[in-house]
Amino acid sequence: MGERRIRVLVGKPGLDGHDRGAKTVASVLRDHGMEIVYTGLHKTPEAIAEIAVQEDVDVVGLSILSGAHMELFPRVREALGARGMEHVLLVGGGIIPKDDIAALEAAGFSKLFGPGTNTDDIANYIKAEMQKRWTKEGADA
Amino acid sequence: MASSDDLSGRLLAGERAALARLISWAENSDRRFPAALSSVYGRVGRAWRTGITGPPGAGKSTLVNELASTLRERDRTVGILAVDPSSPFTGGALLGDRIRMEDRTLDPGVFIRSMASRGSHGGIARATVDACDVMDAFGFDEILVETVGVGQAEYDVISAADHVVVVVCPGAGDGIQAMKAGLLEVADIIVVNKSDVPGAERLAMDLEEAVHLRTAGPRHVAAWVPPVVQCSAAKAEGMEALLDAVARHREYLQGGELEATRARKRAEQVQRVVSERLSEALWGELGYGALVKSFLDAGSTPYDVASDVLSRVLAGVPVAASGDRAGETGASAS
Repeated sequence: MGERRIRVLVGKPGLDGHDRGAKTVASVLRDHGMEIVYTGLHKTPEAIAEIAVQEDVDVVGLSILSGAHMELFPRVREALGARGMEHVLLVGGGIIPKDDIAALEAAGFSKLFGPGTNTDDIANYIKAEMQKRWTKEGADA
Repeated sequence: MASSDDLSGRLLAGERAALARLISWAENSDRRFPAALSSVYGRVGRAWRTGITGPPGAGKSTLVNELASTLRERDRTVGILAVDPSSPFTGGALLGDRIRMEDRTLDPGVFIRSMASRGSHGGIARATVDACDVMDAFGFDEILVETVGVGQAEYDVISAADHVVVVVCPGAGDGIQAMKAGLLEVADIIVVNKSDVPGAERLAMDLEEAVHLRTAGPRHVAAWVPPVVQCSAAKAEGMEALLDAVARHREYLQGGELEATRARKRAEQVQRVVSERLSEALWGELGYGALVKSFLDAGSTPYDVASDVLSRVLAGVPVAASGDRAGETGASAS
């Protein structure tokens, strides 16, 4: 019978065409038992937020390697909020300087993963966060 | 936490997030789902449901995308369910069908949901019919169900659809393949996709021949002969012809079998739900697994054990009270 599974949107906002990282992370999360919706390249923040709504995902993970993260990551967050999806666990990755990571994590992103991150660490972080949230939901019910 | 009343109210008010959440409830066997479905069930039954199935790589997602575009030009709203396989080992899944449907992401008349098969082996997920029902209640005119890429014998999609479209493409087998029992037999409409690829014409002819041999035989009783339609979904060609074939099948169903067929599928769904719940209860809380193990350890054959278990279940004998052979393990079950 049905069993709850972590559903993750892996998204590529903007014009950046580098998807090796996003596909690698998507495969790793799949192998950790999650259901992954991969958006494909070149998505607008609005499209990513709309996909998150339709797919009822628990997690939105964004990947950018073009340097436009300070512009696009907050816009995705706003688009999610505008569609009532502020509850998702919002994470990201790419070539992102330390100062920018701190700024984004202060602005609503739960965690940013830079180059050299162990992929299992990403999966384990998501699992631990979702475990906390679901335990809390269970207690609230 | 949302109650089932809140959510069904929001669904009926047209809120897309409520539709998405109800589908999740169905997928997760959430205990609030049955009540939510029953409060919107009066609105179920207005949508047409079309199943799109066929082998991996035949072009099902591309076809669904083009069909949705053509239906939108005709002012029909479209709900799409795209099923992809779950890993048998980890349970994870990569749901990639909507990459080929991105033209429709921001269209308010279209809703696309990816669904993992989650252990079902018939080409759709256990919750696919439930998801169709809530999409129907939401008010879509057309529901398109795209199955997992299938082989020759996965056709549960017939339980979810009024019309089954089987999509094949050139280069995947000859006329003998087309004559085999299985997938092609459940087709109401056969699509030869990639009609621009060499061999498409020949394949269409072989399929027409196979359909003719089957439907012209002495045992033939159905009045519907599945048409073979050639399309090139990637070039947006053949969609009108396909929709014409769907419209003809629709008229055919409305001429008699529609309500009876839908009612039969509902009854089959009840059987499935009862079987699932029964099986869950027997091997879970009721502890029959331990009973079976003890019988097998005592040297009985699987058939003898099965007969024994069935007679106990049907007579309502609880495992814990079921006598000498099970005595040593039965009480500790579950």
